[in-house]
Amino acid sequence: MSRLTVLKTYKLYIGGTFPRSESGRVYEVATAKGAFLANAAKASRKDARDAVLAARAAVGGWSGATGYNRGQVLYRIAELLEGRRAQFVEELRQSEGISAAAAEKQVDAAIDVWVWYAGWADKYVQVAGNGNPVSGPYFNVSTPEPTGVVAVIAPQESSLLGLVSVVAPALVSGNAVIVVASERAPLAAISLSEVLATSDVPGGVVNILTGSPAEIAPWLASHADVNAIDLAGAGSLDWVDLQIAAAETLKRVLPPEDGVPLPSVERVTFFTETKTVWHPKGLI
Amino acid sequence: MTVEQSIALAPAERANQLIGGELTEKSLRLHLEGLPGVDAVGLEARASDLGTRSIKTTSKAWALDRIIGLIDLTTLEGADTPGKVRSLVAKAMTPDPSDLSTPRVAAVCVYGDMVLHAVEALGAAGGPGGVQIAAVATAFPSGRAALPVKIADTKHAVAAGADEIDMVIDRGAFLSGRYGVVFDQIVAVKEACRRDDGTYAHLKVILETGELTTYDNVRRASWLAILAGGDFIKTSTGKVAPAATLPVTLLMLQVVNDWHRLTGEKIGVKPAGGIRTSKDAIKYLVTVAETVGEEWLRPSLFRFGASSLLNDVLLQRQKLTTGHYSGPDYVTVD
Repeated sequence: MSRLTVLKTYKLYIGGTFPRSESGRVYEVATAKGAFLANAAKASRKDARDAVLAARAAVGGWSGATGYNRGQVLYRIAELLEGRRAQFVEELRQSEGISAAAAEKQVDAAIDVWVWYAGWADKYVQVAGNGNPVSGPYFNVSTPEPTGVVAVIAPQESSLLGLVSVVAPALVSGNAVIVVASERAPLAAISLSEVLATSDVPGGVVNILTGSPAEIAPWLASHADVNAIDLAGAGSLDWVDLQIAAAETLKRVLPPEDGVPLPSVERVTFFTETKTVWHPKGLI
Repeated sequence: MTVEQSIALAPAERANQLIGGELTEKSLRLHLEGLPGVDAVGLEARASDLGTRSIKTTSKAWALDRIIGLIDLTTLEGADTPGKVRSLVAKAMTPDPSDLSTPRVAAVCVYGDMVLHAVEALGAAGGPGGVQIAAVATAFPSGRAALPVKIADTKHAVAAGADEIDMVIDRGAFLSGRYGVVFDQIVAVKEACRRDDGTYAHLKVILETGELTTYDNVRRASWLAILAGGDFIKTSTGKVAPAATLPVTLLMLQVVNDWHRLTGEKIGVKPAGGIRTSKDAIKYLVTVAETVGEEWLRPSLFRFGASSLLNDVLLQRQKLTTGHYSGPDYVTVD
């Protein structure tokens, strides 16, 4: 007897839950050769707004956790990714049309990048912070603190490695992230959300939207409750307008990059604000 | 059964006219318990149906401004200070400093001892046609105090300059069937709302629907409050969950509508507590307009008792004027 395959419904990931798009829209995801692969939710501006609300609610808890704790939570995700290797390899092979070897290489690289960034969680403050020399009986200390809610347009190519390379650095310091996944190949992003949902990352810390970056990005760029935007994958969009919209609400903006951004601690510190504290020295 | 009491209740014009004859505990009970039961399923279905209307663009802009004009901006915390009341009043007068076209709220709602601070802060912005001052009285929120204490509480707030009094009913007496006690107390508090010049402070009667447990009780309490002379019926204190819900408000509006058809008098309704988003508030506007008519959408007949609602409405309003989503950094913290 032949068996009907149970097809998977790919949904959004907002506030730790998997809603369909508020608009009810979906779009077809095709393999590299153009065959039908799946229907993915097509997020609307209201989904983006809901994601910002969820992210804002999650910032307090996530940024309040100790760096060591965040590092452990992020490292745990790498463990889970390792366990799901086969699924990611299969999805990358289908949606990007790459060989199994290339897909495996990308998954490995993504896990390694994740671990690399996880290690920075309890170290970046020491690197980016400073004790400032001041002329007075004070300690003067500058420390980086997470900026808050970060919107990210993920790279369109290398759908898993690209996504990890932009999401992880923003998470490390304690930001909550809203990421618009690769439009053409969103399946790896949705599977990553399943990993996040079963890990120790609190709901709302990572929110994943699938759909058209051209449609969603302007709303995120102009949203007054988003503190920073990473335009890594927005090279093909009208990103100067996005920068202008972001400037209206004083956001930090990372410009588009070609390909996948390389791991760097600058990506971590970019999404932080410097807090400087004066503390009187004891007059003993 | 309960002991029959046939002592005459305090005279209340409305009750005498409606029930007729000598108003006694018994005649009042017969009237209230003779009210038809509430179809709970139908009521909830109707309320959820009213919540599905889509209000967009210009209608939404109108609704948001109207909601602001209907808000009783409230602070009822044990930690309230004169400074907190002053900042509340400042917000009531200028809800959005970045957009001075934003209307003022209907009233500020404070504890009785804070009324004089609110009067002072409001200055010329208060008075008739301005921002009103509502004071909760009668041992709010529990209502557990002797009648003379409740009357003194009310008189103090009125003397301090409150335009409106929000009183709580004695739910214990109501739930144990002593409707006459509740009735008498409302009549007495209404009398305590009288100012020296013979005018009355507006009386809002809080039913605390979250403690009344059934829709039938809500209907009875609404009738009771109106018969005893309440100008407004209000759902909740905000201190008990569930506070205002759409079905309960719909039911109270239906009573108000019945009363209007019977006597031509217009009674106000105030849902309070638990209304936090513009979306919810718009559902209430729709419910009012479809149940008693649009003429009820004015501050003398409908209010929202809320504190955090105002900020959400301001964010939505900013979204409509600027074209992009706003955030909590762009409204005041309170």
